Amino acid sequence: MLGPFAYCRDTPRGGGLMTAGPFEPIINAIVYILLAPVVGGLIAGIDRKVTARMQGRVGPPILQPFYDVGKLFEKEDVVVTTTQNFYVLSYLVFMVVAGALFFSGGDMLLVIFAFTLSHIFLVLGAYASFSPYSHIGAERELIQIIAYEPMIIFTAVGMYMVTRSFFVSSIVSSGIPIILYLPGVFFGYLIVLTIKLRKSPFDLSTSHHAHQEIVKGITTDFSGPNLGKIEIAHWFEYVFLIGVVYLFFGWNPLLAIAAIIIAYFLEILIDNTTARVKWQLTLRSAWIVAGTLGIVNLGVLYYLKAVVP
Amino acid sequence: MTYLKKSPWIIHYDASSCNGCDIEVLAALTPLYDVERFGIVNTGNPKHADVFLVTGSVNEQNREILKNTYDQIPDPKVVVAVGICATSGGVFRECYNVSGGIDKIIPVDVYVPGCAARPESIIDGVVTALGILETKRLAMVGRSERKNNKAGETV
Amino acid sequence: MNDLLFLIGFPLIIALSMLLISKEKIRNIVVICSALVLCLASLYVLLTYFDKNTVLFNISFEPIAHVMFFIEMIVAIYILYMGIRYRKTFTVLLVLLQAGLLVFLEAGLLPGMDIGNNLFIDQLSIIMAMIIGIIGSLICVYAVSYMETYHQLHPGIKDRRKLFFFIMFAFLSAMFGLVFSNNLIWILFFWEITTLCSFILIGYSRTDEATNNAFLALSMNLLGGVAFIAALIYIAVIFPSGQMFELSSLVNSGYALVLVPAVLISFAGITKAAIMPFSSWLVGAMVAPTPVSALLHSSTMVKAGVYIIVRFAPVLSGTTEGLMIALVGGITFLLASCIAVSQSNAKKVLAYSTIANLGLIVACAGVGTYNLMWVAILLIIFHAVAKSLLFLCVGTVEHKIGSRDIEDMGGLIVRMPKVAVMMFIGMAGMFLAPFGMIISKWAAIEAFITAPMGLIFIVILAFGGSVSLFFWSKWMGKIISVMRNQENVENGIKWEKWAVLSTLTALVVVVALIFPLISTYLIEPFVMNIYGQTTRLSQANVAIMLMMLCLLMIMPLSMLFYGKNSKHIAPYMGGRTTEGEMRFAGSIGTTRELVLSNYYLRNLFGEDRLFMIGTLLCWALLLIAGILLVGAVL
Repeated sequence: MLGPFAYCRDTPRGGGLMTAGPFEPIINAIVYILLAPVVGGLIAGIDRKVTARMQGRVGPPILQPFYDVGKLFEKEDVVVTTTQNFYVLSYLVFMVVAGALFFSGGDMLLVIFAFTLSHIFLVLGAYASFSPYSHIGAERELIQIIAYEPMIIFTAVGMYMVTRSFFVSSIVSSGIPIILYLPGVFFGYLIVLTIKLRKSPFDLSTSHHAHQEIVKGITTDFSGPNLGKIEIAHWFEYVFLIGVVYLFFGWNPLLAIAAIIIAYFLEILIDNTTARVKWQLTLRSAWIVAGTLGIVNLGVLYYLKAVVP
Repeated sequence: MTYLKKSPWIIHYDASSCNGCDIEVLAALTPLYDVERFGIVNTGNPKHADVFLVTGSVNEQNREILKNTYDQIPDPKVVVAVGICATSGGVFRECYNVSGGIDKIIPVDVYVPGCAARPESIIDGVVTALGILETKRLAMVGRSERKNNKAGETV
Repeated sequence: MNDLLFLIGFPLIIALSMLLISKEKIRNIVVICSALVLCLASLYVLLTYFDKNTVLFNISFEPIAHVMFFIEMIVAIYILYMGIRYRKTFTVLLVLLQAGLLVFLEAGLLPGMDIGNNLFIDQLSIIMAMIIGIIGSLICVYAVSYMETYHQLHPGIKDRRKLFFFIMFAFLSAMFGLVFSNNLIWILFFWEITTLCSFILIGYSRTDEATNNAFLALSMNLLGGVAFIAALIYIAVIFPSGQMFELSSLVNSGYALVLVPAVLISFAGITKAAIMPFSSWLVGAMVAPTPVSALLHSSTMVKAGVYIIVRFAPVLSGTTEGLMIALVGGITFLLASCIAVSQSNAKKVLAYSTIANLGLIVACAGVGTYNLMWVAILLIIFHAVAKSLLFLCVGTVEHKIGSRDIEDMGGLIVRMPKVAVMMFIGMAGMFLAPFGMIISKWAAIEAFITAPMGLIFIVILAFGGSVSLFFWSKWMGKIISVMRNQENVENGIKWEKWAVLSTLTALVVVVALIFPLISTYLIEPFVMNIYGQTTRLSQANVAIMLMMLCLLMIMPLSMLFYGKNSKHIAPYMGGRTTEGEMRFAGSIGTTRELVLSNYYLRNLFGEDRLFMIGTLLCWALLLIAGILLVGAVL
């Protein structure tokens, strides 16, 4: 049995990180750290372009997110409190660590907890400024986190139940068509993906669209370089999130890429055709709808695995 | 060559305008003119903004707010006075309750006259402002470089 | 064996001396010195026994048993007197029932039994002894300074500090006795002593509220005691030789009938650990002075409850009754975490969090597979360290700002920076990677997957874990808000408090760093001995977590070097002029004050509704377990 638990004698099967060569995970991590901002930024840019086309506009160039971040770093370094620098830097650093852990084939649950750690830093950064808009944005962000966290854990658990391993490297190389075993979990994941990508109808705490009701929500009191770092952290996150989608289809890379494109397009479509809902509905949708899908899927799997050898 | 020119984020404030110019500003964001293709985004948050679009002739209520919002915008920033009311007070110039033009409160970089100013003029004004923004940015960089050099110089 | 007897006897001697010493200064010095001695003694025990497996000690049963019985009767008479005096019918009934059963056991069944190996030590005892010896001692040192301030702030409460410290040290002695006893009758004795200590300490202030809560705690613990004695009677009847009173023999015997006392004693554990439906006593016990809450009601006495269930986990493993008990623990974890979201009283939040984590430990022990046993012990360690730190911080804050409401703790990082940072670390220790509790929850998820009916527990863990994230984060956010123009009120905190708080903070970090060592030397051998196989976190994961921990410790240093030249501007208030503490110009010329308060989601997570659901569900599960047990007996 693979997983974080190894038998007393550290057998070679004791960890998925020991696959082809000891350096591969490190190389994967470095590739992620270097390429993810580029890929994430391009995703963000394509997102805006497609959104614009859906609205009958021309839209910005695909490289626009890079110009945005470049501009943000050209702005004056202004903060409400110096602690914000620490929180934003931690947010970025741990986001990178979590993503690197995922792409180097690490333990899926540890990846999830590392991501939670980084998100908490963003929330703390908003609380630190003692401003009404940031405060409400932070509370809503916490509600978003508790809304999607159970489903993400179910995703990891589901992957384990199918591939008998929590390690991403084993899941990817397992060759099992995971989506056939976890359709409910996948659909639940797409629902919470809407929350994680900060797309309507669940873009409660901040979004890239006009957000005048609580100004910019959680990012209200960040500016200049700090805001640029938050944006880059979002890019790292996008790459991880679509990486998880890839896992469901990992046995067939082409199918996986097609699935990613279709899934992301669906997200953009939903974003542009729905209005933002209240936090109560967000929490209910994520917990009841996604939760039920996930639990039923896992339950069926559990029963079948338990009964059918 | 700065990134500021490629990604100017605007914040738009109505300082007791009749809303005529405001509608024209928002019209510029619609698919008809689509200024987002220049990277322009209407962010409602001064801390995120570079270009401050102001309409209206400024009464007692929003005099403070105008100043505060301007102060909240990090450097480099430019102010574009949209419409004749923002430029000089327009038709309300002589009224007792307005300041008559925003340049009485905050420094203005570009004036876009008109009543209401047309979206084409507004876009033209913003593009001019971008040039000024770039100059300001280079000045800011120059200042900090001179400061660093000064620190390094030995007497 | 002498070192064990020292650990049991020394606090008792110190306790008695507390009653005799009148001069406060001398008493304080004695407390601090004894605490140091106890710490060192516990460490000595660790170093002596860590590499030996279970060591049994032969100490004669008879004279000690008689003394214990005598003391138990005196305690029963005292409780009877108190129950009558305060007109608490339920307490009176329970104590009469308990005393009657005890007399029946002692007089009717026990004579003639000779039980030899009455003391023992194994890795779990060592771990518990470390918690009692180190954390318990630190809390006593803290209490020296805390009680002084307490009586200054509450002049109306009679100064009974001699009694207070007597009970605190007697309690430590009883806890040592509990974890070193191999004889279930002795465990019962020490168990009842802890109940008595809790009763006296909760009622310390003698207000009506304190008295009522003390009796509530007493009744529930007595109910558990009745179950415990019933288990002992059962053992005496079924196994007349007396050998089965030895815990080590009982658990390893393999007899099916051992399940009956196992479930009954687990029920006693459930009442002592304040698992639903018996959680209200712990919430009510928060009226006690903070050192009491830290020592008894988070790190030690309630841990005795889960300790005994963990001891019986191998017996409960694989049985339906064990599953019922585990579900009771799981439901408690989920519902108590939810209730904590809606509470703004800091001590109540900590109480519900404690109840939740104890429920999780019970859930692990009830299912009882080898890797869940590993998780349960890890949870015990991490929770004891982090929770005691948080209680002591809250106590310190309460004395300085005069409130224990979270809403009044806004901007603590400016008003009490050092304490706020320690609280931050304590809270991080409760829910953030790579600290201990999240490691335990992670390991729990991975362990439950392979356990029977594990999916239910994974669902409970997923939801309960997320919800607990919410209430910790919003509290964290509250204390790190940088509110300008607040004055620093941290002066005047005595060195005892600083020493203890710093040590505990360091412990939170250190335990997270060295837990692989604890696992290798203590937990894994223990699990191996019982189950024949053991488990641990893979080396790669451990390395990554250590790296994350180091990163986390380095990151705050960035505040020293970077961003010092940032320009400061006020937060955005829609353009309104703000002055000072976010006072802003409102309409019609008024000046409004900004008030930011956390979300409590009381409609969703209200205490009354969720508590009722928990009570109903858990009673139902306990009844099912009871019925199944009766069916097994007949």
